[in-house]
Amino acid sequence: MSGLLIKNAFVIDPISGVKGEIMDIAICDGKIVEEAPRDAEIIDAKGHLTLPGGIDSHSHVCGTKVNFGRYMSPEDMRAGRTARKGVMHVTSGYSVPTTFGNSYRYSTMGYTTVLEGAMAPLEARHTHEEFTATPHQDMLANTLFDGNWSVMEAVREKDVKRAAAVVAWTLSAVKGFAIKLTNPGGTEAWGWGRDMSTIHDVVPNFEVTPAEIIGTMIRANELLNLPHSVHLHCNNLGVPGNYRTTLDTISLVPDLNKDRQSLYLTHVQFHSYGGTTWRDICSKSEDITRTINSTPHVVMDMGQIMFGRTTTMTADGPMEFKLYMLHHNKWSNHDVELETGSGIIPVYYSRKSLVNCVMWAIGLELALLTKNPWQCLLSTDSPNGAPFIKYPEIIGLLMSRRFRENERKMIDPRTEHFVPLFAIDRELEWYDIAVMTRAGQAKALGITRIGKGYLTPGAEADVAIYPIKPGEIDPSVEYQQVVAGFSRTLYTIKRGRVVARDGEVVVEGANSTIWSKSNVPAEYDMGSDPEFTRKFEQYYTVRMRNYPVQEVYLPRGKMIASEAFL
Amino acid sequence: MKIEDVVCSFCGCLCDDLVVEVEGTRVISVENGCTLASEKFLGDHRLKTPIRRDGNSWTKISYDEAIAETAEILLDADRPLLYGWSGTFGEAQSVGVHLAEILGAVIDNTSTVCHGPSILAIQEVGHPGCTLGQVKNRADVVVYWGANPVDAHPRHMSRYTTYCDGFFRKDAFKDRKVIVVDVRDTESSILADEFVKVNPGGDYAVLSALRAIVRGKRGIIPPEVEGVSREQLFRVADICMSAKFGAVFFGVGLTMAPGKNKNIRNAIEFTEELSRHTKFTISPMRGHWNVYGSNEVFTWISGYPYAVDFARGIAFYNPGETTSVDILKRGECDACLVVASDPGAHFPKECAEHLARIPTVQIDPHVNVTTHLSRIQIPVAVAGIDAEGTAYRMDGVPIRTRKLFQGQYPDDFEVLEKIYAIVKEAKG
Repeated sequence: MSGLLIKNAFVIDPISGVKGEIMDIAICDGKIVEEAPRDAEIIDAKGHLTLPGGIDSHSHVCGTKVNFGRYMSPEDMRAGRTARKGVMHVTSGYSVPTTFGNSYRYSTMGYTTVLEGAMAPLEARHTHEEFTATPHQDMLANTLFDGNWSVMEAVREKDVKRAAAVVAWTLSAVKGFAIKLTNPGGTEAWGWGRDMSTIHDVVPNFEVTPAEIIGTMIRANELLNLPHSVHLHCNNLGVPGNYRTTLDTISLVPDLNKDRQSLYLTHVQFHSYGGTTWRDICSKSEDITRTINSTPHVVMDMGQIMFGRTTTMTADGPMEFKLYMLHHNKWSNHDVELETGSGIIPVYYSRKSLVNCVMWAIGLELALLTKNPWQCLLSTDSPNGAPFIKYPEIIGLLMSRRFRENERKMIDPRTEHFVPLFAIDRELEWYDIAVMTRAGQAKALGITRIGKGYLTPGAEADVAIYPIKPGEIDPSVEYQQVVAGFSRTLYTIKRGRVVARDGEVVVEGANSTIWSKSNVPAEYDMGSDPEFTRKFEQYYTVRMRNYPVQEVYLPRGKMIASEAFL
Repeated sequence: MKIEDVVCSFCGCLCDDLVVEVEGTRVISVENGCTLASEKFLGDHRLKTPIRRDGNSWTKISYDEAIAETAEILLDADRPLLYGWSGTFGEAQSVGVHLAEILGAVIDNTSTVCHGPSILAIQEVGHPGCTLGQVKNRADVVVYWGANPVDAHPRHMSRYTTYCDGFFRKDAFKDRKVIVVDVRDTESSILADEFVKVNPGGDYAVLSALRAIVRGKRGIIPPEVEGVSREQLFRVADICMSAKFGAVFFGVGLTMAPGKNKNIRNAIEFTEELSRHTKFTISPMRGHWNVYGSNEVFTWISGYPYAVDFARGIAFYNPGETTSVDILKRGECDACLVVASDPGAHFPKECAEHLARIPTVQIDPHVNVTTHLSRIQIPVAVAGIDAEGTAYRMDGVPIRTRKLFQGQYPDDFEVLEKIYAIVKEAKG
């Protein structure tokens, strides 16, 4: 038995209803327990802020497009590099760090679980290989179904059960965690150089609309009883006036699950634009948050942008081409047969660009105007809005109006005419931050069932202790201390083991990969469905037998099983 | 025993539909494979044990001895080079990068003498590509530029392009136009609807002319560009612009022709230009079955696809300086570990001479030209025959090769892990 006792911790554990109490946390064999073993190692937290390990519910860290972001960007690799030190490997990269770079940087920020936002099923093996090389976080993979031919055919036939069966087979084959739709229908249209401009456009050759795909998949997801909801990147990302598409999409969502949301909308900042062109783009965060506030069965993440250089990467191939037409920097695209697409371009978000300033404001507004922090989670869609190392700064901005006012002086002065940000007084509290960076994610992803996101007995012993004494600082004024505090934990504890201390990783990691398996009745097993297998062998370029990701790629796989209602 | 859906570990096509018959530890027949595949599986004559050069003869040594001596050579070196990697699986490549990291060595793969310039171009302008199934199901125009798939990737045309029916191309051979651009007639050019014969070294100019035409500047095109008539240039541009889905595949005929990375940059920008009119993609015809895997593995660990120098402690990348040919030509490295490739056959003469001067160790199943330059050779199992592991197809699709039988050889991963363990112990 290996034990650990954290004494005098200032604990905020929203899932357990702990809102800031000095208490002890006992750990044994990787779990939180009532009482630590007698020989337990003791850490005196000295009243420092102690939270469940951070969980990122939408980040791009592993897989084909992420690695291509590195491959095509030696300038980014040069911009962040560290030498081998102790147990730490060499790292490279600023906005798209190498796998160990991601892992160490997340770990020193207290993050212990990360969801990769987009995995193409055909290339899943790659994602899993990189997961293994991201050793300090438990990893999950959103699995792309936005342009899946078999799904679209089922949608066309209005056969939600068949759509569910295709999802069940695919998730199990590729060891994916949840359904991701990126610009549904749009990635297939991009196979012909086209895109969807509303949720009612018809996908060429498949005769279905994004609205039908989204609606069917939400129902299929619940039929499969999956831990997470459908995870949606709406159509029309980054287009002025796109807030209408977002509102239209939200109006489609039925309330189907009593334990969590029925739809997760990701990086909503990129989907909250008013106006008609880049000249008159404005914030529609008020419209979006008004709807979110009255739609409790929808959860979103911010998709905050931060000023500076980064790399955009998404399965949304057509969007990246549009972005390339604006930036004229360099452009990569990678369509994936029968499934999805992707694109990558580097960007620079400038304080001198009015459009970028409006985008920056919108993300913050979404968080400040959403009443319930469980409905708006902190993210940058890393690295699209900014690399995740910017999270502490975002926390600072959300907790301090003064910080926002200081930033106001440095951005395009016209910004305030296009956004409501500077009229918002709200300053988030420690509790809100704890929700928006771990508890909310655990609940939205449905992984509290495996002990994620809280600190009461039975939970996984993933803990972050920050050099912040909440009673002794005023985040509204001393926001720089907040930023510094969230940048570097005193201790990051993963499965009961101290993995990082004072900004340095101190042990070799051993993470898990969490995936979902929904058990379907035999007649819904696509593995033996003649039509599905015939099409597979005919149109894919790999044999069906060579497609599934073998167990060897998940040395510590953790399956969440569910029974489908088919 | 017949094994189905076997993955061929020869070229970047990574065909995964072979049927291989095995008797004991011997492959006795191969179905569905091309002639290259058959040779790979059937003509497998391996070195039996590790060998060490002693004066003018070879001595058989044990694996333990060979591994210990290799580790010693690497530890003694000031500027070790770990080269090759494209003919082994990802798990072994990964150990290789960590070995380079701990040694402060340079690690480089065969891209350095094939698609290295393509990578440089991609680092300048990006890469609009796709998986091969997109081409199979959709493409109505396919362009092979400086590539001769009939000889080098024999099933490329039948599995992915010209002859392969797809969802939107029910009668591919009739539905598709094939354009071949090369400096000479080839087996592939015979099959083209349009063969564009370019003067040697003229690719860049021809690409520029095509880009100008796509941009609507037909008036500036001279009657002939590097051996290609204006009429043909117009015709080719029109075919491309009226395509519903076009796919360019380029080979080392473009990458290694005068202009090198600038040729590829021009070809990518031609594709990008066409993307403003219709759907177009471009992809390199990667040679070794897992050369793309070595780029991928190097990148996620070190940040760079090839030519990575760990001498400074950090990962440093500067092709032209940290590339193997340059390091060898400067006589800079003082020990070399060659894994799963044959630089003796492919590098310039002075590089090979330097390899012969310094202690070179080769980990490879077969005797090849590099054997004759080496101090030690360690034979290993062949990935895809008696070893298994991850490979990345030329389009980035990862496929796990199969192990067809349990042979007597350790695989690259096992041998490298042992070397790594000794080095790690010594380095602390």
